Amino acid sequence: MKIRSAEDTRAIRAALAVGLPTAAYGISFGALATLGAGLDLWQTMVLSLVMFTGGSQFALVGVLAAGGLSAWPSAVASAALLGSRNAVYAIRMSPVIGPGFARRAAAAHLTIDESTAVSSAQKTLRTQRIGFWLTGLVVYVGWNLTTVIGAVIGDLLGDVSAYGLDAAAAAAFLGLLWPRLVKLQAQAVAVAAAFVAALLTPVLMPGLPVLVAALVAVLFGATNWLGGRRTSNASTGAP
Amino acid sequence: MTAWHVVLLASIVCFGLKALGYLVPARLMERPTPARMVDLLTVALLAALISLQTFARGQELVLDARLPAVLVAAALFALRVPFIVVVIAAALVAAGIRALT
Repeated sequence: MKIRSAEDTRAIRAALAVGLPTAAYGISFGALATLGAGLDLWQTMVLSLVMFTGGSQFALVGVLAAGGLSAWPSAVASAALLGSRNAVYAIRMSPVIGPGFARRAAAAHLTIDESTAVSSAQKTLRTQRIGFWLTGLVVYVGWNLTTVIGAVIGDLLGDVSAYGLDAAAAAAFLGLLWPRLVKLQAQAVAVAAAFVAALLTPVLMPGLPVLVAALVAVLFGATNWLGGRRTSNASTGAP
Repeated sequence: MTAWHVVLLASIVCFGLKALGYLVPARLMERPTPARMVDLLTVALLAALISLQTFARGQELVLDARLPAVLVAAALFALRVPFIVVVIAAALVAAGIRALT
């Protein structure tokens, strides 16, 4: 064991500052999954234990809550689309994690917005590793505990909307989106996607509006419309 | 499809996506166009979800307590208030309006 340096302490602080509040938010996931989507406690727990990527989990239960079980193709597709960014995070984290099958498999499971963001913000390989693993583990343990609490309490609470949990979910998504809106192109994509999704809601099957809205990103991304000069650094968006 | 099928299928797909990234050669996604698309995809999906979570009730569009709550959340995020505080504030605004109306 090396002696803990000031840089290590900084990485640990960042991991806790990001990890703990994120983990707390599992309460509303647990409540929305059981009350909104009608999943039972075990199904809700499996989502947090196995899927373990907040955006996808909310997307899945959100689409199921709106469209019922028959909307499952859109629910799964929405979860997958939102989870696709983890593949990109994994590519970025790959050299930080290093070799070894078991270690890489465990790292894959913990590859989420928060662990990647905290790790990427550190300067040395050692603190990048500390940031990744500590944030990932704090969120994993915390998120799963709070999911159970939310699922159980949610049952007692009754109608979540009376407690504003639906608005809380919207605010949480907004919190994830906010730091990504620095550039004009991202702002344009966000406004266009929000507009397209709302506009198509009355006419398309639940879940599909989100997927069509995703095409806005593909369009802007392929043409780099409003993107200005080529800035490949702009793609390293922290969550 | 039962709820269990959906839960397991979606969970496996999402884990598979994470694992996939550790198998891909790093150079491929560093090219500007795929990197930009993935980045904007996250923005578009989050924006669409916010929009639906704010305006949709089933397949209807409605204006209710959620809109002021989200506007308050946006103002608080602009003031750099911590994530969890904003989320709680948004819930309180929506719950307060519903309790009063």
